[in-house]
Amino acid sequence: MDGSYPDGRIPLQGVILVKLVLRNKEFEVKPGMTLLSALQKINVVPESVIATREGEMILDDEILKDGDMIKLIAVISGG
Amino acid sequence: MKCRKCGNKASVNMRQHKLALCKEHYLEWVPEQTERFIKKYEMFAHDEKILVAVSGGKDSLALWDILTRLGYQADGLYLGLGIDGGINYSHESQRLTEKFAGDHSLKLYVVDIEKTYGQPIPVLSQISHRGHGKPCAVCGLAKRHEMNRIARDLGYDVLATGHNLDDEAAVLFGNTLSWASEYLLRQGPVLAASDGLARKVKPLCRFYEREMTAYSLARGIEYIYEECPFAEGSQSIYYKELLNQLETARPGAKLTFYLRFLEARKRGDLFIEKNIERAHLHSCPKCGQPTSTDDLCSFCRMIEKVNSMPVS
Repeated sequence: MDGSYPDGRIPLQGVILVKLVLRNKEFEVKPGMTLLSALQKINVVPESVIATREGEMILDDEILKDGDMIKLIAVISGG
Repeated sequence: MKCRKCGNKASVNMRQHKLALCKEHYLEWVPEQTERFIKKYEMFAHDEKILVAVSGGKDSLALWDILTRLGYQADGLYLGLGIDGGINYSHESQRLTEKFAGDHSLKLYVVDIEKTYGQPIPVLSQISHRGHGKPCAVCGLAKRHEMNRIARDLGYDVLATGHNLDDEAAVLFGNTLSWASEYLLRQGPVLAASDGLARKVKPLCRFYEREMTAYSLARGIEYIYEECPFAEGSQSIYYKELLNQLETARPGAKLTFYLRFLEARKRGDLFIEKNIERAHLHSCPKCGQPTSTDDLCSFCRMIEKVNSMPVS
């Protein structure tokens, strides 16, 4: 094994960034911050999304860890 | 964050209620609250036949799920609008609706607009020149017409839609911006039946869109995630985004906006100036300007207070 994650990300100085995915857009943040901080960093309004990690809903105070893959589900619907 | 009921890890946090719940207790709380609103707004009773307008989206499928869990006689109506948009939108939403109905052994009526009226919605919109190049106006017109027709023809007592609080707040916001009094006076959780028109109710009108998304996810309801291809850039989505920014900064703002509006409408306080009691004004004995207080005006009172403080 070369130490990389299944999606191909490779540790940089021992840190794997957190990936957040909203529809077809991907963002990366450093681990160790809360979900709320991460959303603020990537300019996503917290009220407009629900975050899941491995299929489970997580809240704003969740600390994001090395290599986390967070799916952001947009809640706004129209029409 | 911990679940208020059991202390386990919370899955849903509702800042507007200062309430966090785990998945299990959230899935109990939502139907309980729905039942409370059904009774509060006298939407329908258990012996009435309900027709739920289902689109394959999270709200309408969640509504159907909740009403079924609460023991109501709720059948579904799906309208095939013939919208493709490169993502097979109508086809996929119909598939998910039929799957939900099948999985839960529920009765579903499907009306295909093209088969019934000769053309799908986008073409009807083009031919009729309604809607400024987008089919939304024709879509809304067709949905209202067909929902009422089926409810009436098949003898349903009430038509239920999955409108949530974000939908209601966005409409209220838009109507307030333009002071559309006629629409404002009609907006609410229940639209009473009248000649030829079925009673229409919105049992989810006090749930945030985010809460209904959480409910659908927690229940494992498969819904169409993609937006209607014509919804992009729509006014309602823009208003929802604005209101969500407000809500992020001021938790509960959307709920207060909607509930206070309903209360004011019920009291008859909207648009009737003569109902407003004007304050009686007197002249301030010091400066002579009008004031509603019995003595000095607020400004003079403040100056007097400052002047009476010892200088340090």
